[in-house]
Amino acid sequence: MVEHTTAATHAVVTLDVALPGIVWGWMITLNMWAKSIATGVILVGVYLLKKYGERVEGVKTLMPVASFIFLNIFLLFTLLDLHHPFRMVNIFLHPHFTSAITVGAWLATILTGIIFVMAAGRVLNKLNDELYNKLMWAAFIFAVPVTLYTATIMGEAAARELWQTPTELMQMALAAFIGGSALYLILGVGDRNVKRDLAIVLAVSASLSFIVYMGEYYFGAMKAEEVAATIAFVKSGGEYHTMFWIGQYLGYIIPVALVIFGLRNRSQSLLALASVLALAGLWIAKHVWLVIPQLLNLS
Amino acid sequence: MKLGFLVDLGLCMGCKGCEVSCKVENEVPIGMWRLRVKYVDVGTFPEAKRTFTPLRCNHCENAPCERICPVSALHYLDNGIVNVDKERCIGCAGCVMACPYGAIYIDPETNSADKCTYCAHRIAGGMMPACVVACPVEANIFGDLDDPTSNISRYIMEHQGNVKVRKPEKNTQPKHFYVGGGEVNLNPLASERVEGFSLFDNITHLKHIGGH
Repeated sequence: MVEHTTAATHAVVTLDVALPGIVWGWMITLNMWAKSIATGVILVGVYLLKKYGERVEGVKTLMPVASFIFLNIFLLFTLLDLHHPFRMVNIFLHPHFTSAITVGAWLATILTGIIFVMAAGRVLNKLNDELYNKLMWAAFIFAVPVTLYTATIMGEAAARELWQTPTELMQMALAAFIGGSALYLILGVGDRNVKRDLAIVLAVSASLSFIVYMGEYYFGAMKAEEVAATIAFVKSGGEYHTMFWIGQYLGYIIPVALVIFGLRNRSQSLLALASVLALAGLWIAKHVWLVIPQLLNLS
Repeated sequence: MKLGFLVDLGLCMGCKGCEVSCKVENEVPIGMWRLRVKYVDVGTFPEAKRTFTPLRCNHCENAPCERICPVSALHYLDNGIVNVDKERCIGCAGCVMACPYGAIYIDPETNSADKCTYCAHRIAGGMMPACVVACPVEANIFGDLDDPTSNISRYIMEHQGNVKVRKPEKNTQPKHFYVGGGEVNLNPLASERVEGFSLFDNITHLKHIGGH
């Protein structure tokens, strides 16, 4: 019995400063979410163009335009989240290339430039197919590291054990495939075969994403005590417990079910609904994962 | 030269003199701390014991904050201090996310990252850090780790086996040492935090000026 008493085993903090609170909040979540869609539209779009060619001619314009819009949302909220937004220029004037933030900012800027040329060229009808193809492959190549680099920022955030896992790279990639396929489904791109492909990409990505989250949820705590303490914020009830499971259901479980029903019933509405829910759930799931490590006392 | 810090927790009596002197010397805003002393109680009366642990930046040799800073606002000085260039900082808070010791904050007045610099400005003028001067029991020992005759080097050698750093598993190679520290002092997860025991819990924090 004695081992269960506070005196024997527990130490209690009796005077300290208050915890600093959430520093990276909803703007960073929005940043990641918009980036996933922006790059996912390129990754999935290139697949559609290579597989279906003329049958998805509209994607040639839609892909760079949609990507440009979401890249700008991502960049806007990246800037707004800075406490010195006008000093963003220092990343280019005084770059520190050991920082994933620097590398990501440079890559995202180059990608935005390529996408801008593609979008403007298509809208103004001043881009021939040969040049478009070259730019498309360049965009595809840059979209991969731009999708992934946030995971390396999180990996460099040595204080947040939860984020320091190779599965974050996988989550970023899957988020891009969810974002890209969902946006095309919402916009009703392509014929039935195209939509089936998009729905499969959405469902497989959502399923894998859910599995990775569940892996972290159940096995992460065995990895390190900090992860165990962090995961406790979603395991032990409360605001983030509810939010976590809403994210999992909205983002992954329900969309997968809706895609299955949608494909069986050939219902575009169900696929579109699955896509909307997936995008909403993706934001919530990412937000919870972003916030909970910041609730932990570090010192 | 590689400057380091050592706190003898057996000497510290929790007077918070270092905390106050740091606040005054560096004009640290309300609600922010470069250095603080944490109280942790173990046991129940009459077998209770209170421990005091001064916590500040560790000036790591392999500093995650320096690595993640996109513009080198956090940078090494030649003497090993991890310094902050507030004019260059873009306020991304990457360093706040990266520091495993929670030692960095965004100053609400300058909107830049800030933290303990071992009073680099005083050292440049040949003075000791403010907290070292203020400590009434000389629990704070500061000096050159490269010099085997310095106070800190000799103190470390005299207390071999009882010198610890916080979170060595993070491989940050801190240059801030503790003598007499244990799990309760140095591992934040080893003690329970009960609501209401925070210093100035209900203080009105300064709003960030500009930014968000």
